[in-house]
Amino acid sequence: MPNILMPALSPTMEEGKLSKWLVKVGDTVKPGDVLAEIETDKATMEVESVDSGKVTSILVPEGTEGVKVNTPIALVLDEGEAAPTAEAVKDPSPGADAPTSPPGGEVEQSAAAVTPLPGGRGPSEARGEGALPAAPATPAPHFIPAADPDLPAGVEMVEMTVRQALNEAMAEEMRRDEDVFVMGEEVAEYQGAYKITQGLLQEFGPQRVVDTPITEHGFAGIGVGAAFAGLRPIVEFMTWNFAMQAIDQIINSAAKQLYMSGGQVHAPIVFRGPNGVASRVGAQHSQDYSAWYSHVPGLYVVAPFSAADAKGLLKSAIRSNNPIVFLENEILYGSTGLVPKVDDFLLPIGKARLARAGKDVTIVSFSMGMRYATQATEKLVAAGVDVELIDLRTLRPMDSATVIESVKKTGRLVTVEEGWPQGGIGAELCARVVAEAFDYLDAPPTRVTGKDVPMPYAANLEKLALPNVDEVVAAVNAVTYRGG
Amino acid sequence: MARKPATKAEKSALSNIPELSKDEELKAYRDMLLIRRFEEKAGQMYGMGLIGGFCHLYIGQEAVVTGITMASQKGDAQITGYRDHGHMLVMGLDPKRVMAELTGRQGGLSKGKGGSMHMFSNEHRFYGGNGIVGAQVSLGTGLAFAAKYRGDNSVSITYFGDGAANQGQVYESFNMAKLWNLPVVYIIENNRYAMGTSVERATAQQDFSKRGLSFNIQGEQVDGMDVRMVHDAARRAIDHVRDGKGPYILEMMTYRYRGHSMSDPAKYRSKDEVTTMRAEHDPIEQVKNRILEKRYGTEDSLKAIETEVRALVTEAADFATADTEPAPSELWTDIYADA
Ligand SMILES: Cc1ncc(C[n+]2csc(CCOP(=O)(O)OP(=O)(O)O)c2C)c(N)n1
Ligand SMILES: [Mg+2]
Repeated sequence: MPNILMPALSPTMEEGKLSKWLVKVGDTVKPGDVLAEIETDKATMEVESVDSGKVTSILVPEGTEGVKVNTPIALVLDEGEAAPTAEAVKDPSPGADAPTSPPGGEVEQSAAAVTPLPGGRGPSEARGEGALPAAPATPAPHFIPAADPDLPAGVEMVEMTVRQALNEAMAEEMRRDEDVFVMGEEVAEYQGAYKITQGLLQEFGPQRVVDTPITEHGFAGIGVGAAFAGLRPIVEFMTWNFAMQAIDQIINSAAKQLYMSGGQVHAPIVFRGPNGVASRVGAQHSQDYSAWYSHVPGLYVVAPFSAADAKGLLKSAIRSNNPIVFLENEILYGSTGLVPKVDDFLLPIGKARLARAGKDVTIVSFSMGMRYATQATEKLVAAGVDVELIDLRTLRPMDSATVIESVKKTGRLVTVEEGWPQGGIGAELCARVVAEAFDYLDAPPTRVTGKDVPMPYAANLEKLALPNVDEVVAAVNAVTYRGG
Repeated sequence: MARKPATKAEKSALSNIPELSKDEELKAYRDMLLIRRFEEKAGQMYGMGLIGGFCHLYIGQEAVVTGITMASQKGDAQITGYRDHGHMLVMGLDPKRVMAELTGRQGGLSKGKGGSMHMFSNEHRFYGGNGIVGAQVSLGTGLAFAAKYRGDNSVSITYFGDGAANQGQVYESFNMAKLWNLPVVYIIENNRYAMGTSVERATAQQDFSKRGLSFNIQGEQVDGMDVRMVHDAARRAIDHVRDGKGPYILEMMTYRYRGHSMSDPAKYRSKDEVTTMRAEHDPIEQVKNRILEKRYGTEDSLKAIETEVRALVTEAADFATADTEPAPSELWTDIYADA
């Protein structure tokens, strides 16, 4: 009978605090009984017994921090069952790597079930669909954004997550302009499925932070209509996958309105939410819409990578008089960066950022692609390749001037994105570079993209479907004619 | 304003509570227990990192799919959302292959390529396993369109949640289903919450059985925690649509015990609410008590069923843990059908 193991609340959880035991040695438990409470920075959950038996020992005292997932925390024995050997108790269970066979011997290693803990507990990350499943395939690189030229010298930089940066951007703009409001699924009482709107309901009230039913097409249209009438809606999609239900209102109603009204009616609205590949959520929940929206005249499309860009660009987006598609990335929400502490930090929409100056090859990417690109750049620079790295930040209008100028210098282009290859952002960049810098090219422009398949669920296939650092390095080696 | 399934039961027709036969009670018990134990194991395996992404458990709602499937016939089509493990099991699909899909292994029902939310069976005419809230309602109506087109006398059983019931395409589908008299039973699984949003906070007309009224679609509310009521209402609804009288709506008053998906801290409801539902309305306990009362079985014979079910689940978990991942070449297959 089982050793109770420290359970994982999500695939990203590696350890947690065992905050409280609700049973003691000698207690008899049955399935469903709550054994203990565990806490992570994101949530408080209960550990439930799956079997019945008697608690014979508690292996991790309450209050212990940093308990690794799958550590045995207690021993529950079936009536009449002999206690396992000490060795078996200690035997660490299979870790994150999928075990291929159950451990031999009498002791069945068994994690307890985890149930959510209802009731008002301290702050915890309310994640709904947001299992935030994403174990980033690649760790966050150390990346310090180049200071934008117009920042005052010596400005204080504050470290924050992309999540905080987005949250601050909305809060600041809502303080500044009463016409700005947020609507979407779980944005208010639940504090956001991915917690981007945390605290906004408390500060701005239910009139300005509006929970909607699950009706994407309807509330996107309501947002656009409200924008026609002069409000400045921020419409959150729980993820961009669900915005496909609403794409007609985004394109047919928002993007085309100014043009077809001969310049009379415009739609100042921001559609935002996590875009791109999450982790292990399968074909319908894991997709990059960058190219889709970048196709549409009348829309601005922003896809930031760093926390500073997330903040400065979202603030500008909310102030823009145009409909904006603001593509965030779930895996980047928790990554940190330095954000300048100035009263009103606005960044220009439509301007790429030079992340690193170099002369051998130009790598262009955006959003999550920048993570692969940055890591590849670190490797390549170490190997003696002087990489110039550009973060597009905005996909429409696309800052091709910056890219073309760079390629004129380096003669080589590698683009990196998670989306599909056909008609992608990389395809567009290649076309522009070929058209405008053909004579400067020393090698064919090359794309690194997600594979041309729907996203599979199996861990190994998902990994194969994504672009990776090695592919970027290989592409650079190819265009610089270096032996791989 | 909590709505109690127990009181809804009265509305579910009939002054006499429809009884199940001995065999039916025993089958319902076993099927529901299999779902319960399977889901508990899935929850555990998620905790161990063997299952990734989203994993939505059906615990608490077992009576719905069990009662309805008992009332349907071979050849009927079924479709649901992402909370689909129970549907697969009750149809008799191999628990090993269901669990292996959850762990993303080659022996899974979708070869590990679909995951928890995307499982299908041609043999049983089960069309998923759909991740986009509400999409299955139009799809299920399409299954009914095909049934009518072919005249094959099958019906479509289309499941969706209280949250999904607010999507626009649901009403577009209702309209066409009635307009064309399509053989579809809409099963609204009202478990009171759509993620963290209670029905009260999302819904103007909270009686979902009335959602078809303006299309002249008949509906009723059913105690979805009592498999007898579910079975009885399902039989009535399925007969109605099979007779060519057009669509029918059943609102199943049910409850999910666990969070929406695995890591939902569920602060939107009280602990008492959950405890009360489990203590007073548990679908499995209800059947168990009746079996003992009517002497359809003994503690020992029920224990034997439990043992058999546990063995199946353990076998499924072992298989799903030991099975290999799909071959890398599977990345590139199944994108297009053969010409
Ligand atoms: C179109 C769409 N919007 C949002 C989501 C995210 N989401 C997944 S399940 C869910 C709640 C659905 O609740 P309900 O229909 O009541 O079904 P239940 O989960 O209770 O079974 C939401 C909002 C989604 N998958 N698809
Ligand atoms: Mg629901």
